[in-house]
Amino acid sequence: MSIDLPFAGRRFSRPLASLYHWVADWGEVFIEALIAIGDLALFSWRAFIWLLTRWPRKETLLPNFYQVGVRSLPVVALTGTFIGMVLAVQSYFQFSQIGMETRLGAVINMSLVRELGPVLAATMLAGRVGSAIAAELGTMRVTEQIDALATLGANPVHYLVVPRLLACFIMIPTLTIMADYMGVVGGYFYGVIILGIDEYYYWYNSARFVGTWDLFYGVIKSLFFGAAIALISCHRGFRCGVGAEGVGRAATNAFVYSFVLILILDFMLGILMDNLYFAIWPEGVKLT
Amino acid sequence: MNASPAPPPLVDILNLHMEFGSNAVLRDISLTIPRGQTLAIIGETGCGKTVLLKSIIGLIKPSRGRILFDGHDLSRLNDRELIRQRIRFGFLFQSAALFDSMTVGQNVAFPLRQHTTYADSKVQEMVLTRLAEVGLPDSVVTMKPAELSGGMRKRVGIARALVMDPELMVYDEPTTGLDPIVADVINELMIRSRQRSPVTSLVVTHDMRTARKVADRIVMLYPVSRLEPEQQQVIYDGSPEQLDQVSDSRVSQFVRGEAGERLMEMRKSAGAE
Repeated sequence: MSIDLPFAGRRFSRPLASLYHWVADWGEVFIEALIAIGDLALFSWRAFIWLLTRWPRKETLLPNFYQVGVRSLPVVALTGTFIGMVLAVQSYFQFSQIGMETRLGAVINMSLVRELGPVLAATMLAGRVGSAIAAELGTMRVTEQIDALATLGANPVHYLVVPRLLACFIMIPTLTIMADYMGVVGGYFYGVIILGIDEYYYWYNSARFVGTWDLFYGVIKSLFFGAAIALISCHRGFRCGVGAEGVGRAATNAFVYSFVLILILDFMLGILMDNLYFAIWPEGVKLT
Repeated sequence: MNASPAPPPLVDILNLHMEFGSNAVLRDISLTIPRGQTLAIIGETGCGKTVLLKSIIGLIKPSRGRILFDGHDLSRLNDRELIRQRIRFGFLFQSAALFDSMTVGQNVAFPLRQHTTYADSKVQEMVLTRLAEVGLPDSVVTMKPAELSGGMRKRVGIARALVMDPELMVYDEPTTGLDPIVADVINELMIRSRQRSPVTSLVVTHDMRTARKVADRIVMLYPVSRLEPEQQQVIYDGSPEQLDQVSDSRVSQFVRGEAGERLMEMRKSAGAE
């Protein structure tokens, strides 16, 4: 049996036809992904050009800083505190088995500032801030408010994207520092106050292992996470589909895509910054 | 003494084609809109009126062909040049498209804040004047668009679009969804804005009352999907007075608002027969 396919009028046997469909389907997915990535790259490029050439007005900047920074503070502080406490809970048993519970300060604080603080704070903010940005801009898109901005002579990328990009770029690392701090407090509270680990050695080991570089390591990553969350969420909002379903999908996609990019960036920046560290300090000297 | 040459048209559309994927919406449209004219574009839903209008103001780039606004091809301008040209437009959206995070006063003041350095007191005064012109009291200034009726939102939209004294005023379905009295108020406002300053106007509508009342010239578009390949998409271009003498049944059917065989066609294409 053979099947007609839109391929120069040729007829294919069934196995070849299914292979053809398989290649065509995946090819379509690949091309669509490529178009979306290219569109995001151009969108980001335009946002950076506007950012570098014309600073947004205070009236557009401050509300975004307030929304991203101040309104996110409680949830980020709570996230940080619980990460610290959970790390203490999870590692205490193993470390106490070999009598090294005082090393918990190093383990908790190192994990916090290098990895869990930045990644989990960014994940939480992708959900809180990213989805809100995508839903707000998506609603503006479907109600023609973005087109209205353009007709009133305001560039929508400059007016809507640049303030949100700046707010995320500056406030997400700031909130990460807050999450780190609260995590340190949470870990100390559960490890020292509740589990009774020796306070002096807890802090001594923390200071010995966690250096300035480790703190910078997490904060530098969070700069990239902040920019990624802002650009992906704004892009999803601008490319929102029609109706309530379109807005809902934009908000969901903003979180999912931001989360995936956070993980990819975390991995790539981890490799890059470790290489950078050992290129500058081949002996592994710490900036304490 | 030589007579001064006639000024070039404000909008010149040359062989415009607009396609979305394989779906052609506009096919080989050529139109000129002289300065000071009020042109109404009519046609049934889906004939490409709004797409034409959005491409004229540069919100959508043409697939082929050119649109010149005062000699500038908007599709070839960069972001900053486009902003300079767009200050010369006023656009009333079908939904009014007011910024719902701002008050009415902030909406009307928006273009002034973006493009002028006027003091707050002058901006406030201009906002109140514009709102009064469209028949809205000072008390609406602090209200949010969600608190207004559809007709009031349209009037705020007109005030916002006119606040910078545009050269080209564009109205997208200005009376759709309004009761007949409010719809006529909007018609009157369109006429008054033209009397107040020599603005060129472009009105997209399927409301024949609006088209007849405000327009100097009417252009009717027909959906590309219903045309034969050799047929023109512009099926009428003339004055409102001549509209009733047209022999083309497609025009007279639309003007009189008669369904004709359309329901049967729809049922047939939906497989109901």
